[in-house]
Amino acid sequence: MKVSKPARAGQYLALLAYLVFLVFPFLWLISTAFKPPRELASLHPTWLPKNPTLDNFRQAFDEQPLLRAAANSLLVAVCAAVVAIVIATPMAYVMARHRSLLSRAATGWVVVSQAFPFVLVIIPLFLILKNLHLINSLPGLTMVYVVWALPFALWMLVGYVRAVPKELEEAAAVDGAGRLRVLVSVTAPLLAPGIVATGLFAFITAWNEFFFALVLMKTPERQTLPVVLTHFLGAEGVADLGPLAAGAFLATLPSLLIFALIQRRITGGMLAGAVK
Amino acid sequence: MTTAITTRRTRGPAKDPTAERAGRERGAWFLVLPALIPILVLSVGPLLYGVGLAFTDSQSGRTAATQWVGTLNFQDLLHDTLFWESFRIGLLWAVGVTVPQFLLALGLALLLNQDLRLRWLARALAIVPWAMPEVVVGIMWRLVYHPDAGILNETIRDLGLGDGRDWLTGLATALPAVIVVGVWAGMPQTTVALLAGLQHTPRELHEAAAMDGAGAWRRFRTVTWPAIRPVALAITALNFIWNFNSFALVYVLTNGGPGGRTRLPMLFAYEEAFRYGQFGYAAAMGCVMVAVISVLLALYLVGRLKGGDEQ
Repeated sequence: MKVSKPARAGQYLALLAYLVFLVFPFLWLISTAFKPPRELASLHPTWLPKNPTLDNFRQAFDEQPLLRAAANSLLVAVCAAVVAIVIATPMAYVMARHRSLLSRAATGWVVVSQAFPFVLVIIPLFLILKNLHLINSLPGLTMVYVVWALPFALWMLVGYVRAVPKELEEAAAVDGAGRLRVLVSVTAPLLAPGIVATGLFAFITAWNEFFFALVLMKTPERQTLPVVLTHFLGAEGVADLGPLAAGAFLATLPSLLIFALIQRRITGGMLAGAVK
Repeated sequence: MTTAITTRRTRGPAKDPTAERAGRERGAWFLVLPALIPILVLSVGPLLYGVGLAFTDSQSGRTAATQWVGTLNFQDLLHDTLFWESFRIGLLWAVGVTVPQFLLALGLALLLNQDLRLRWLARALAIVPWAMPEVVVGIMWRLVYHPDAGILNETIRDLGLGDGRDWLTGLATALPAVIVVGVWAGMPQTTVALLAGLQHTPRELHEAAAMDGAGAWRRFRTVTWPAIRPVALAITALNFIWNFNSFALVYVLTNGGPGGRTRLPMLFAYEEAFRYGQFGYAAAMGCVMVAVISVLLALYLVGRLKGGDEQ
């Protein structure tokens, strides 16, 4: 379709405005992370640090147990993602292939679980985990994250399973392959890219999560990165802005890198689930 | 739906169908169980337990046994003006975020659906807020809003529009300021969903409408909008729920201040439960939130769906 030249220019301008709005806070975060204290205290902050420094990063690691928090986050997020994928894939397969009552109930849960405020879940969870002595424990938090990542994982995986032609499985079955064999050697390889993308997304979900970690993790040496970052906010003078920005910037990097990798598949996954 | 299932089943292989179906059902259970157990124990169970708690006097760290108190918590809640003030702020916030989020995301999705140069870059950058942890989003915007070291006030000073202000602690500016952050944080998901809907709009229809001399607005109303309407409805409803239940952003930005001006119901309930230990009362708040939101959503969806029939 033809678009007139002034209209085209207007479109570029609008797109530019959007991008500025969406990206400038992040640029400001990076800029702040590399500024020495004197520039942070200046009444006329600049976009580019005049004397860029890495001191903020050093200080961030000194002041708060960032490394340990990052290790906790990594451990919890990796375990949660792996477990979520291992248990969600078979379930998604059933949901996509069988139209039973169970599949419909599961779909219903995926939708309803989005609508409930976490308060209503967190208090009972807190009491249940306390009885199991899983408060302030990384395995306990991992379990919560597995269930927390499941709805979106199921949603995406169901879409990917539907995209695998049923005829392929049936052909393999005609050739004499058993049910499990069909799943392992026909369906799984075709699903692999989708499974990887879903797993990475589950990782980001757990890595970024804050509320459950805030309530469930009590001692600093077991807290995850987002919770430890909020400790920087405690006594916030201008001097602490640098380390705060440095820590926040580092905490974002893994999510951003992974997101760049799987961006296309995530958008495709939402599409697959939405179209049906 | 039932007939579709039966016809499909009868078309299957003929050897002893009942036994095979039973075997398949068993197989399905075996595949579902590993996910089903955690879902029941850590999601469905707690949900029901939480609703039950709302009718008890459960408190944190109490030695005496928890007792049923009937609807006492709800009666107290009815007269709790602080809670209803928080609820009002929650609704303001949810609507204030969801509506601009939708309009801005729609604009962006329409742009990204055009054959513009560098579209791939724009798509990648537009998704950045989605990848960031909410805590980092909050910290980042605090740096933007910072009265002295923030870029916002510096820009205002540069433009000669005055000295700027302390956005997040001003009584009048705090809520609008956090709403802007909420809009920013939720735009990518909405844009992606709408873009997915747009890519399913039949191109030929667009071209035919253009040939007939329909202007851009008319083409949007008669071709594009009907095609993306279901997606738009679903994503707005979801956004509304997500926004109403949001916690981390405002916790980091203002922690409910100044003077409760940004105290969303989630923050209120969190404090009630984990600062004051009133589990039963906080659970009752959760129930009220679910109930009101469900009613609002039902009204919205019914209204919208009806609107669709009339067109």
